[in-house]
Amino acid sequence: MAVAGRIAVRRPALAMRLGRALAPYLLVLPGSTWLILFFLFPLLTLAITSLMSGDFVSGFQLTWNFGNYTYGLALYATQYTHSVEYGVSATLIAFLFAYPTAYWITFHAGPRKSAYLLVLLLPFFVSFVLRTLSWETLMGDDGPLLGPLKSAHLIPSDFRVLATPIAVTFGLAYTFFPYMLLPIYASLEKIDKRLVEAAEDLYASRFEVVRRVIFPLSIPGVFAGVLLTGIPTTADFVNQTLLGGAGTTMIGRVIEQQFEVSANYPLASALAFVFMLGLLAMLLAYQRLFGTEELMRAR
Amino acid sequence: MSAAVTARRPRFRVGSLVLPSYAHLVILWLFAPIIVMAIFGFNDTHGKYNFTWAGFTLKWFLHPFGIPTLVSALTNSVVTALSATTISTVLGTMLALASHRYDYRGRTLIDAVLVMNIAASEVVVGSALLTLFVTYGVGLGFVTIVLAQVMFSIPFVAITVRARLAGFDPALEEAAQDLGASPLQTFFLVTFPVIFPGVLAAFLLALAICLDDYVITSFVAGNTQTFPLWVFGATREGVPPQVNVIGTFIFGFGVLLAVGGATYRTWRERKLARESAIATRA
Repeated sequence: MAVAGRIAVRRPALAMRLGRALAPYLLVLPGSTWLILFFLFPLLTLAITSLMSGDFVSGFQLTWNFGNYTYGLALYATQYTHSVEYGVSATLIAFLFAYPTAYWITFHAGPRKSAYLLVLLLPFFVSFVLRTLSWETLMGDDGPLLGPLKSAHLIPSDFRVLATPIAVTFGLAYTFFPYMLLPIYASLEKIDKRLVEAAEDLYASRFEVVRRVIFPLSIPGVFAGVLLTGIPTTADFVNQTLLGGAGTTMIGRVIEQQFEVSANYPLASALAFVFMLGLLAMLLAYQRLFGTEELMRAR
Repeated sequence: MSAAVTARRPRFRVGSLVLPSYAHLVILWLFAPIIVMAIFGFNDTHGKYNFTWAGFTLKWFLHPFGIPTLVSALTNSVVTALSATTISTVLGTMLALASHRYDYRGRTLIDAVLVMNIAASEVVVGSALLTLFVTYGVGLGFVTIVLAQVMFSIPFVAITVRARLAGFDPALEEAAQDLGASPLQTFFLVTFPVIFPGVLAAFLLALAICLDDYVITSFVAGNTQTFPLWVFGATREGVPPQVNVIGTFIFGFGVLLAVGGATYRTWRERKLARESAIATRA
């Protein structure tokens, strides 16, 4: 009886130990397989395709054709420059809008803090294409903003915002605003309020508190925001297509056109992979500086 | 401690209006296109383009689903996003459970892939998937959209659920197992109810991301249209005001969901506070 009891207890214990050892891998297996098959492996395919030559009809062969890179970078240097210019300006605008707002909510909005955060994020429930389309209406040549000013003869009738770099830059800053706001808010929220108090007790002015205590402590959040905003603003083509003009083409648009219209896959892959390399470099630099925690917290 | 801080007023408030005004201007900037979108849903436009105001009408609001291709695009959006989100919620929750409970080999690698996935630009990921599908002759359409949407929403689920798990006491699971519950029983009777709010939040976040996705979906959609693809395609010939109406509905739904969620949380916190107050008194 006692022996049987002991066996009955021991068996599940053994099975359980085996289960314990395998459990994490069984839990991880489906998700990681999906990510390997449809995230990492495609990136490899992209890298390989970028070194191919040939055309869509007769097929592409791997010829280690590094010429795709030199050719692509030379041919689309202007579009790459536009991407970096607009991306950097949009990131800067998003920062200038997001930081003071996040700061005000964290330290001065009091009990309505979470309500304000919610209000800031509500517009992003609406589809991204729709929001951009609305900006097209709003900034239009005879739209709700410029139309009245023009009929009052306050601005010349050929004045336009749409199809200029300004429209594209502000559109980009708008689209990716939450990616800037949330990491900054998270890092401000984490600051120990006693540090602020201590600085005030030591007769630091409001400005000095921000400059010497709050801002330095929020730097990981700022960098996470810059990274998470900078990457998509640089690569985006929707804002540029709807708000920009012929002179504002960004590289994202070129890549999309090369894939969808010209079907020049090797060149398009090379153009896209250049982006991937830049992105990896930035991620590695960030990880060296701050680790990955702030990026994971971003949403 | 925190009460002391909030009770304390700063010693001086020079220019105390500047910052709040600035924050409210930013809020106005964020809402400007939403307001314009809602207003132009009432625009009595007769041309193809809906860019200039031509008088008030309710006809678009009365017949928001009057365009058959738009309705089928909406249906496609909902079906693909729901399928993708269901799969990614399960897979992402499993990833979160694994990394919360175990310190397994390869964990840092998976974390790195998750971060890379979130940070990767959509144009790169979309074109990479397109080259994959073209290289291996996979037909583009419904299935490839779901494959892609699961892929980019897994990290958001994993991170959201993990944040919820951070406050979960493993002693609860041990107690259940000590009382003779099998691992599956423990999961469904103890772990799942506790992490459910986190899983639900992750599901909604993933759903919103999938429904809204334009860039990656456009690369892998082939001839299948989703709502964002339909709207973007329509920009060339002029977007009908029905799109504004549907956008306004989506916004209203989002507001209801968010306000409802916030109200529920406050109500629950108050209830918990009341109960613990009663408990202390007794």
